[in-house]
Order: sequence, then structure tokens, then C-alpha cells
Amino acid sequence: MREDRDIMLKRIRTALHGPPGAPAQVAPSIARAYQVSTPTPAAVLLHQFVERVAEYKAEVQTIAENALPTAIAAALAARKALRLAVPADLPNDWLPPAVTALRDQGQLTYQDLDGCDGVLTGCALGIAQTGTIILDHGPRQGRRALSLLPDYHLCVVWQSQIVGIVPEAIAQLATATTRPLTFISGPSATSDIELNRVEGVHGPRTLHVLVVTA
Amino acid sequence: MKPQSVLIELQPKFERNAPAALANTQLRRNMGKATQTIRAKRAAVVDEMPDWEQLRTAGRQIKEHTLYHLDTYLLQLEAAVQRAGGHVHWAADAAAANAIVTGLVQAHGAREVIKVKSLTTDEIKLNAALAEAGISAIETDLAELIIQLAGEHSSHILVPAIHKNRAEIRELFMRTLGIAEISDEPTALAAAARSYLRAKFLSVPVAISGGNFAVAATGAICVVESEGNGRMCLTLPEVLISVVGIEKLVPTWQDLEVFLQLLPRSSTGERMNPYTSIWTGVTPGDGPQAFHLVLLDNGRTNVLADEIGRQTLHCIRCSACLNICPVYERTGGHAYGSVYPGPIGAILTPQLVGVEHARSLPYASSLCGACYDVCPVQINIPEVLIHMRGEVVRQHQDTGGLAAALEPEALAMQLLSQVFGSQATYEMAQRLAQLGQGPLVRDGTISWLPGLLGGWTAMRDLSAVPQQTFRQWWRERDA
Repeated sequence: MREDRDIMLKRIRTALHGPPGAPAQVAPSIARAYQVSTPTPAAVLLHQFVERVAEYKAEVQTIAENALPTAIAAALAARKALRLAVPADLPNDWLPPAVTALRDQGQLTYQDLDGCDGVLTGCALGIAQTGTIILDHGPRQGRRALSLLPDYHLCVVWQSQIVGIVPEAIAQLATATTRPLTFISGPSATSDIELNRVEGVHGPRTLHVLVVTA
Repeated sequence: MKPQSVLIELQPKFERNAPAALANTQLRRNMGKATQTIRAKRAAVVDEMPDWEQLRTAGRQIKEHTLYHLDTYLLQLEAAVQRAGGHVHWAADAAAANAIVTGLVQAHGAREVIKVKSLTTDEIKLNAALAEAGISAIETDLAELIIQLAGEHSSHILVPAIHKNRAEIRELFMRTLGIAEISDEPTALAAAARSYLRAKFLSVPVAISGGNFAVAATGAICVVESEGNGRMCLTLPEVLISVVGIEKLVPTWQDLEVFLQLLPRSSTGERMNPYTSIWTGVTPGDGPQAFHLVLLDNGRTNVLADEIGRQTLHCIRCSACLNICPVYERTGGHAYGSVYPGPIGAILTPQLVGVEHARSLPYASSLCGACYDVCPVQINIPEVLIHMRGEVVRQHQDTGGLAAALEPEALAMQLLSQVFGSQATYEMAQRLAQLGQGPLVRDGTISWLPGLLGGWTAMRDLSAVPQQTFRQWWRERDA
């Protein structure tokens, strides 16, 4: 409400600066003495990423690039996932012939997505220290609902997409901050019952990550 | 007019509520187990961070800086959200916020809304306001759903149903969700919630959320969660309404790098929470095509006006102070009678509603300081507690009239202030005490005092005043 806006701004200015003529305070400064990057070698980051994704009870495998189609086919077969939601721009050669792929151009309904056995996407970034995958819903990722409604998320991460720590990821995302972003660390989970962690609530209950090495 | 909505009971009396909670052995077992679990997890993931203290300092400084320029940053945020296709509303109190949200839901013709867990909407009692307008609000966080089905209040900032164990939740689900038979395994209980809520996620057209962080420069809003109910609500409905306290701002995109490290490690004791969603206004073809941001004051500017109390607004609602607090661990959250329990609630609640409406809460602490040590944004909770205790006494003196001025405690404090006021009266008082204490001293301690003073010695011994004071010794040293 318009008048609430004026009231709140006036209250804030009075609260901060007191009555007119009150002595000015010193504006607080921000010292960023924490780590903003890490010198860790890429091989160590890869190892850390894989280890920490697995600690969230996600399935994770490291593969060479030429083994990607085989690994995807094996993962989907093991899961018995026959009906797969995929982003419109997913490379054709990622898809095994046995699978029915629903390419999402925005036409799929939530019921369509809910009825899929799984979803296959790429990602924007990975964070080694926290075992996090970041989707910016750009190339090979699709809109947000795509990777949310199916119960199984198979996600392909390139080793070159893995950064060391959170500030490095935030810095890389700084050029496209108006895109929707989803940070994923393991399958959906809850600790609401006796603070015991249970994997699998509303989001995909199984997260399967294929890390393609350089 | 100060906001009363944050209170669950009017004028909560912690000293009256606590004994009942302490007598509930089931509650104490549930609370003890839960807080010990989460403390251990937090400690492990905090200890592995080499720059934890630097992150805490940066977190505090960012919040200090933001509050100092709060008007500027709010206007920046408003412009950025509008630029990205969102609408911004300002709400000076709970009634205004509830009216805005109710109006928006009605304008879209919805009779049901799905909700992401949000303390801010608990604080303004939004669900009750929506119900009055014939709109049912469905809580989608597992613990919030448990509380809603049980008709109870939250007892923990992060895990509202922390006071309930699995057997109690199983019984509740069978009674309220029409489930014939279910085990008390948390996996089975979570699956029951999944199937109950999935139909709602796919069909309800309006969602309501809070927000953990709002970036002034870009208009991005950030919600941190675990279950995926947040992603569902933030992605699937046509309309999204986010109610965000004005203290949730951070100035720049870069500031998220600090809080996205501090919050999950302090809160659930994880390196990162399962899901973090960040969105800016409306994205064509992806997610809600109408976005409304409601900026809430509801007493926050009262807190901002107090130079010592102001730091309370740094809080990022992680709940580490609850989990570490020896008082909270034993009484649970309900004893505080507020939407915000625990150490942070003991300082935030009286400031939001006015100390006269929550006099006992600043005393619900032993001042041990553990809450300050674990706070990811370095809120000096003991300092604010003592400050609030002073406010309670001052308010009582100001409004209590002659009766308050003649209370024994007030008279004793006046006398003491005279005694400590000059060297001569202080030394005379010491000499009187050395002579007068004689009959009470046994083996150098006093275990019993007469009259009103007996309140002190009922629980503890008092050291006797020594036969020679330091001042006497100093004067005689060179004599």
C-alpha cells in the first residue's frame, strides 16, 4: 500500500538517524577476509565432488566422454525408466533407442511430467566443497518443472564445470543473475521427524550423477 | 500500535510455562535427543571450514551495512523486482500484509493456496486471516503439515514439530489423513506426506512463500529448503506471493556467497541444504507468470531504532542458538509463548511487541553465552538480553507508579546506588557488614539470611565479607 511505503521509509530514516540534527554515525564497512577461491588442483576437486555428492546418498559415477551414451543407457535400464522427460536441446546421441523421450518445448503439462519415469539433464556448474549441482535452466537443462516432477533425476556434469567453493560458483553466476537458479545437493530430504535425515520427499527421490572426466 | 501477532499467548510467562514443560518427560526426551543430534552435526561441518570466523564476521558486517542503508536498499530492491516483471507491496503491520495477500488471492479467484514454510507468515497469522476470507492455506513442509494437522503451534524455528516423536506422528497421520495402516518409520511417514500433497502441487494456482534473502541490486529472491516442497510451490502455480521481512535484504549478488555457506551449516548441519531456489521477478515460460513481493515491517523498525537491540535484525533464522541453549533444550519452544522461541526469540519477541507485553522472556536464559558463540552472524544475544532486562525494569518503574517505587527490590537498589556512590559510605557499609555478619558466618560462608534476603541463600551459599578489605590492606601495607 502506498501510504505504508511512506510510513515504513519514514520510520526507517527516523530509527537510523534520529531526530534532525542528531550526530551522524559511521557507515559500517565490509571486510571480505574469507576464501573467495581455492588453488585446489582439478583432479582433487573431481574426487571431492564425487565423494560429497555420494555422501548425500545420491548415486554417482565417473566416466570418460565416449562412454557417456553407454552409461546413460545402463543407468536408465537399471532404473527401468522407459518414459523420459528431456530438455528440447538435449543431444540426440545421449538417448538410448529403448527409451521414449518426451522433448519439452514448453508444451508438456505437469501431468505429463508427473507421469514420466525420470528426467535427463545437464547442468551449469558443480561445487566440489559442498557436492552441489547448479542448474541455471539454460542449455541442456530445461525449465524448472522438468527436473522437479519426475521421481528420478539423471544429471550429467562435466569435470570442467566443477568449481572448488561456493564463492567461485556465485562469481560465475554473476553475469546471469536474472535467470532462475536451482542448487541441488542430493535427492530431496527431510529431517523433520526426530531430526533423522530421510532421503526422498517431494523433489526427485533418486538423484543419479554422471561425471564426465576431461 | 505495536504488533501483537507474533505472540502465541498474550503476555507469555516463561516462569509459569517452563515447570509444566520440564515435568513432561516425553517432551524432554524428544527435545534432548533432537538437539544433541543437530548440535553434533553442526559442529562437524563448521569445524571443517578453515574460514568460518571470517565468514561470520562478513555475515555480521553485511547485515550491519544493509541496515544502515536500509531505506536505500529497499528502494533498490523495489525497482529491480519491478524491472523484472514483479509487483512490490509494502505492509507496515500484520493487518496490512494479510489484507494485501488476501486481496491478491481473491483477485485470482483461488479458494486454496499452497504454502512454503515461512516464519514471517506465522508471525502475521496469515493462515487465520485467509481462513476468515474462506481461503484454506495448505502447509507443505512436513513439520508444518504435522503441526497444522495436529492443530498445534511450532516449537522450533527450523523443525516446528521437534517436540513430537515418530509414534506420535504416525498416530496423527492415521487419524487425520485417512490412512488405514502405516509404520512409524520416517521414510514411510514422508512418503505419506508426498502422496497427500502431490495432487495439491499439481492443481492449486496460488503459492505463498517467505524468503531467506532478497538481493537489492538484482531483485533476486532466495529460498533455502530440503524437501522440494519449496521448489514445487515456487515453480508450479500461476501466481507466487512472497512475504519478506525488511531485514532479509542483502545489497549485492556477491553477498549470497557468505550466507549460502553460513546458513546450511548452522541450520541443519549440512554442507549445503538439498535445494536452494533463486528467482528474479517473472521468467517467461518458466514458473509463475505473476509474482508479488510483500515487504513487511510489523515492528522491525522498532528494533532498528534501538542501537543495542538492532543487531537482532541480523538473524537469518538458522536456529543454532535454540539447539545449543541449555534452557531451550529442557523446556522446548512452547514455553516461550511466541512464534520465535529460544534465545533469539527471547530478544526478538519483546522488541517486536514491546517489553511490556513479554516481560519474562529476557529472563529465560542463564546468560551462558553459547548462543553468541554459534550465531553465524555474531548476534551478541547475552548483551541484548541484559539490555532488554534493563528495559523491563525501566518500563516497570515508569508505569508502576508509587507502588513500583516502594517495592523492596527498588528500595534496595536505591540504597545500593547510594552506598556505591561515595567512598565514605562504601567503606562504612563494609565495616557494618564485617560486624553485623558475625552470627551468620559458619566456616567462612553464610548459608542463611533473614527475611527477603533469604531468597538468595535458599539456593546458594554466600562468601562472608573478609575481616580485612583490600582497601584496608592497601592503606596498612606501607604503614
